[in-house]
Amino acid sequence: MTTKEKSWKEISPAGVCWKSSTQFFTGDWKTYTPIRDPEKCTRCLLCVLFCPDGAIHWQKEKGDIEFDLNFCKGCGICANECPTKAIEMKMV
Amino acid sequence: MKSVVKQEVLALNGDEAVAYAAKQSDVDVVAAYPITPQTIIVEKFSEYVANGEVETEFVCTESEHSALTACLAAAVTGARTFTASASAGLALMHEMLFVTSGCRAPVVMAIANRALSAPLNIHGDQSDTMVERDSGWIQIYAESVQEVYDSMIQAFRIGENLEVLLPVIVGLDGFTLSHSLENVNVLPDDVAKKFVGIRQLPNVLTHEGKTLPFKLDPENPMSMGPVAFPNYYTEFKRQQEEAMKNALKIIPQVHEEYAQISGRHYGDGLLDAYCLDDAEIATVCLGSTAGTVKTVVDELRAEGVKAGLLRIRTFRPLPMEGIIKALENVKAVAVMDKSMSFGGQGGPVFHEVRHVLYDVLAHPYVVNYIYGLGGRDTSLEQIREIYGDLQKILQTKRVEEPIRYVGLRE
Repeated sequence: MTTKEKSWKEISPAGVCWKSSTQFFTGDWKTYTPIRDPEKCTRCLLCVLFCPDGAIHWQKEKGDIEFDLNFCKGCGICANECPTKAIEMKMV
Repeated sequence: MKSVVKQEVLALNGDEAVAYAAKQSDVDVVAAYPITPQTIIVEKFSEYVANGEVETEFVCTESEHSALTACLAAAVTGARTFTASASAGLALMHEMLFVTSGCRAPVVMAIANRALSAPLNIHGDQSDTMVERDSGWIQIYAESVQEVYDSMIQAFRIGENLEVLLPVIVGLDGFTLSHSLENVNVLPDDVAKKFVGIRQLPNVLTHEGKTLPFKLDPENPMSMGPVAFPNYYTEFKRQQEEAMKNALKIIPQVHEEYAQISGRHYGDGLLDAYCLDDAEIATVCLGSTAGTVKTVVDELRAEGVKAGLLRIRTFRPLPMEGIIKALENVKAVAVMDKSMSFGGQGGPVFHEVRHVLYDVLAHPYVVNYIYGLGGRDTSLEQIREIYGDLQKILQTKRVEEPIRYVGLRE
């Protein structure tokens, strides 16, 4: 989650938006979060190609991939496609 | 302690009383669509508009769905709004009822309670508002035309209270109240206007991080009622429940303040108990039927029968504690329903009263009477028979049939 979720006593009535639409992320929709085991991952980058939201990036300087959880909707395609089963979808 | 003001007596039917109260309540916007038996309300109010007696913006819409949508839209700009409907008209508003309460827009709506089709029936029963009991609207049912007028004036104060901010339905039994002429005491215009006051707005936090009055304003934009995902929806619904709880406190306060200037009480504003203190048998009902029941209670009391009546004036929020207090020492209770819940094993009022009484250890026998559907008259004799049934239950200590129909031809 991008921000700490507020209690019913803290939010404005009637669903009045307490932050700008630019601060709401599609990643907030997800139920399952991809958790990667770096030991099993071979950096084949298939997940980068398959991700429908372009939410997995190759970080050249780190020589590793990174999930952008602001945009990951938790679909699990990466976990399904991973040839070494290095990605697990978990409720966090 | 305010003193009771001198009041004019007018001959008004229930619908006219609603329109008169709306006229005195300084309403900014009325959007409505005609439907029997509510039509007189809007007709009368449009006369006030045409005669320049009010400064209200009157919007003729193409349907009830649009009428309530227009009221909602006006209400969220901070305007005081009013509409009226009944039966199929209210049913067509169904979607917008939830949007209105969810947007916390304190629209006031009079409903001249009428049966739902099919078969087509224009006469009175409470099916139309009962199906909307979960829509987040406060529901007040009046017993007399006088109470219709009084409840309307109170409704704006209740709904607009900052601890409440909920829409309010004032229910008046179709034809029995909507079209019956009664002598009605009306407050002087200035007293009514002062009592209702100017609508106040709470401050809310907006997306720009500003704290601003809760209204749509191009200078200070905010979004109301946009999408809330599973991670927030429950929190907003919980807020509405809290508002209903607050209404349980605010309704008696407004009712008491009104009583001090008008001299008229309806119980505590939530429940109206009649001869219940030492009652062994009692009925529970809503609306105008209570008048008939009171006559029967008087007759029975004269015969030495310990009979009583509990009229639920405020059905939403349901005054749970008050109902327990009123009925915990009664031995047998007949709950009267002027609507049905098909397959639900009894009418909605029965469900709720029996549910409330579950918490009473030695709870009374509770039976249900479905009556008055589609405008069928309920006689003194039929009410007497209900009390007779309750006496029989006490004698035999057995409930043969928990759900019964008044005057049904077998």
